[in-house]
Amino acid sequence: MTLFGWIQILVYCGIVVLLVKPLGGYMYRVFNGDRTFLSPVLVPIERGLYRISGTSEREEQHWTSYAAGIMFFSLASFLVLYVLQRLQGALPYNPAGMTAVEQNLAFNTAVSFVTNTNWQNYGGESTMSYLVQMAGLTVQNFMSAAVGIAIAVALIRGFARHSVKSIGNFWVDMTRCTLYILLPLCIVLTLVYVWLGMPQTLGPYVNATTLEGAQQTIAVGPVASQIAIKMLGTNGGGFFNANAAHPFENPDAISNLIQMVTIFALGAALTNVFGRMVGNQRQGWAILAAMGVLFIAGVAVCYWAEASGNPLVHALGIDGGNMEGKETRFGIALSALFAVITTAASCGAVNAMHDSFTALGGLIPMINMQLGEVIVGGVGAGFYGIMMFIVVAVFVAGLMVGRTPEYLGKKIEAKEVKMAMLAILALPLVMLVFTAIAVVLPSAVASMANGGPHGFSEVLYAYTSAAANNGSAFGGLSGNTPWYNITLGITMWVGRFFVIIPALAIAGSLAAKKTVPASAGTFPTDGTLFVGLLVGVILIVVGLTFFPALAIGPIVEHLAMIHGQTF
Amino acid sequence: MLNQIRPAIIMIVFFTVLTGLIYPIGMTGIAQALFPNQANGSLIEKDGKVVGSELIGQAFASDNYFHGRPSAAGDGYNAASSSGSNLGPTNPKLIDRIKADAEKLKAENPGAPVPMDLVTTSGSGLDPHISPEAAYFQVARVAKARGVDEAKIKSLVDSHVESRELGFMGEQVVNVLALNLALDDATKQ
Repeated sequence: MTLFGWIQILVYCGIVVLLVKPLGGYMYRVFNGDRTFLSPVLVPIERGLYRISGTSEREEQHWTSYAAGIMFFSLASFLVLYVLQRLQGALPYNPAGMTAVEQNLAFNTAVSFVTNTNWQNYGGESTMSYLVQMAGLTVQNFMSAAVGIAIAVALIRGFARHSVKSIGNFWVDMTRCTLYILLPLCIVLTLVYVWLGMPQTLGPYVNATTLEGAQQTIAVGPVASQIAIKMLGTNGGGFFNANAAHPFENPDAISNLIQMVTIFALGAALTNVFGRMVGNQRQGWAILAAMGVLFIAGVAVCYWAEASGNPLVHALGIDGGNMEGKETRFGIALSALFAVITTAASCGAVNAMHDSFTALGGLIPMINMQLGEVIVGGVGAGFYGIMMFIVVAVFVAGLMVGRTPEYLGKKIEAKEVKMAMLAILALPLVMLVFTAIAVVLPSAVASMANGGPHGFSEVLYAYTSAAANNGSAFGGLSGNTPWYNITLGITMWVGRFFVIIPALAIAGSLAAKKTVPASAGTFPTDGTLFVGLLVGVILIVVGLTFFPALAIGPIVEHLAMIHGQTF
Repeated sequence: MLNQIRPAIIMIVFFTVLTGLIYPIGMTGIAQALFPNQANGSLIEKDGKVVGSELIGQAFASDNYFHGRPSAAGDGYNAASSSGSNLGPTNPKLIDRIKADAEKLKAENPGAPVPMDLVTTSGSGLDPHISPEAAYFQVARVAKARGVDEAKIKSLVDSHVESRELGFMGEQVVNVLALNLALDDATKQ
C-alpha cells in the first residue's frame, strides 16, 4: 500500500460525501413535485405523457397498484429487449453485421438488464448491434435505475407519511427520475467522457495497420452515451467485453474517478432524501455512516490483499502487488477501490478482472454482494435493502429492552419484520442453493476456468452477483450455456422482485400507521449506538449465512496460496 | 391492477424513443461536432493511413520496438475481442506463463529486476501503457537492435513518462505506441 493509494481513496470518499447534500436536496424537490430549473421545459412533456398513459401527477397509488405498475413495466421492458436482440440481424444500425442473439442468451440478457443486474454472458463488441446497445440496453440502463429509485422513494414515503393508504404514483416517480435526474446528468457526463477519449460514433469498426504491419480491427461505437448511464444508474453492463478496464470505456484516471463517483452519487444522496422527507437529516447521515464503516473496512482489506500480491509469483523472483488483470493506468489502489465500490453498490462494472484478484482480494467483492449490497448500494435498491436490515435491527433492539420496536415514530410489528426477513432470506436461498446444484452438475462444472477452490468461487460469485443484481463476474466462468443462462436468469429475477415486493408491502403498511410521539423510552436512531447496532446486525445475519460457503472458496484458497500450492 | 398495463406499454415506447434513439444519436451528433478526434476513437494516422489508436495497445514483437504487456485479447491485442486472462492466483497456467515470460526477460536484461507489469496480462488485453520501469527495462535491447546510443533511447523514454492525473490520481505510465512512433522518427536513417 502506498501513500498515493490512500490519498486517492480519501479524495474519492470526500467527493462522494460533499455531493450528498446538494444532490439530495435536488432529488427531494424532484420527487416532491416542486419546481426546479428544468420545470419550464419538462413539465409540458411530463403532463402530455401522463395524459396519454391514462394517469396524472395528482393520482396516488396503493402499494399493490404501485407494485403492479412495476411488474407490468418490467414485463414490457423484458419483451422489447428480448425481441430487439432476436431481430437485430434484420434491423438498422448494425455495421458489424451481428446476427440474432441465441434465445437462451437473449433471455438471460433481457432479464439481466431489466433487473439492473447487467450480468453479461456475451462480449458486447462481438455480439450486439449498435441498435441493441442503444434502443435495448441503454434504455434499460435508464429504466431499471429509475424503477429502483422510485421504489426507494415510495418506501421513504411509507416512513414519512402517516394514516394514509397511498405511497405515491409509480409512473410519475419513474418519469421524473428519468427526465429530471438521470437524463440531464447523462447528457453532461457523455460530453465529458468523449472529451476524455471515449468514442461516440455510429460508424463501423476501424481497420488499422500496426507499426509492425499487422491488421488490427478496432471496435468503436456509441460508447460514451451508454457508459454515462451505466455508472450513474449502477447498471454496470459494459459496451465492450472488458467493461471499464477497456481503454475506450475508461480512458484515464480522471474518467475512472468520475465513474467511481457517479456509481455512489445517487445512492448516497438517497440517504439525504430520506432524512429530508422524514424531517431529520441526521437520520440519513446515521445510515450513511453505517454504510461508510463497512465500506472503508472493505477497501482496506481488498487494497491490502492486492498490494501484498501473490506469493507464488514472488517465489519466481518478481516483486510487487498483483497486477494480473489490472490496467497500468489505474494500478493497484484504483483497481481495488473500484472493485469494492462496484460491489458495494449494485453496479458490477469492473476496471480490473476480479477472477484474477488474490483470494482475499476477491473475497471482499463477494461479501459486499452477499450483504445484499446495502453499502450505498444500487440506486434505490441499496436504500430499500438497508431499510430491511434497519427493520430487523430495531426489532432486535426492541427485543433486548422488552418494548415494541419503533422507528421514526412508527411501530414495527410482525408484518414488517416478516416482510423484511423474506427479502433478506430470499437472496441467500437462491445464491447458495443454485451454487450447490451447479457444483455437482458435470455440465455446470465444465464451465469453470480455474481448478480447486477458485473454480468453486467462480460459481459462488456468479450466483451471488446475479441474486444481488450486481452483474460483475469472476469472468473465467463460461456462463453462456443453457444451464447458466436459465438459472442465472431466474436468480436475477428472484433477487429483484423478492426484495421489491416486500419493500413495497412494508411501505404500504407503514404509511397506514399512526405516528407515536417520541418518549423517554424511544431508542434514538440517529446516533452512534444505532450505527453500531445496524452494522452488527448486517454482519451477523450475513456472516452466519455465508461463512461456510466462503470457507471452502476464497478462504481455503488463501491458505493454499500462502503455502505455495496450485490447483 | 390491469389498468396499469396501458401506461406500461406507452411508457416503454416513449422512453425507448427518448433514451434509446434521441439521446444516443443526438449525443453522437454533438460529440462529433465538438470532439471529432476522440469521438471516432482517438485514431493515429501516419502517411495517410490509420496505424492504430492512442488509447488501444497493439502487439509489438520485434526487438526494434518497445513491447507492451502480455495480452489475453484474442490472439493478443485483438481490439474487437477485449478480454483479461481470468486466471486465478493459484492456477498453475498463470504461474507457468509468468515463469516462462520472466525467463525470457531475464535473458534479455540480466541483473535487472523483472517489472511486474511486463509478465502480467491487463484487464482489457488492450492496455496501451506500461510502467516507466518496464520501459527503462527495455532500453538496452531497443538500443542494441537499432544500433544507437542507449542514452538517446533513455532520454526518449524520459520524455514519454506521463505523470499522474492532477498530480495524484492514477499511476505514472508510458504509452507504448506513442513511444514507438517517436522512436521511429528519432532514429530514421
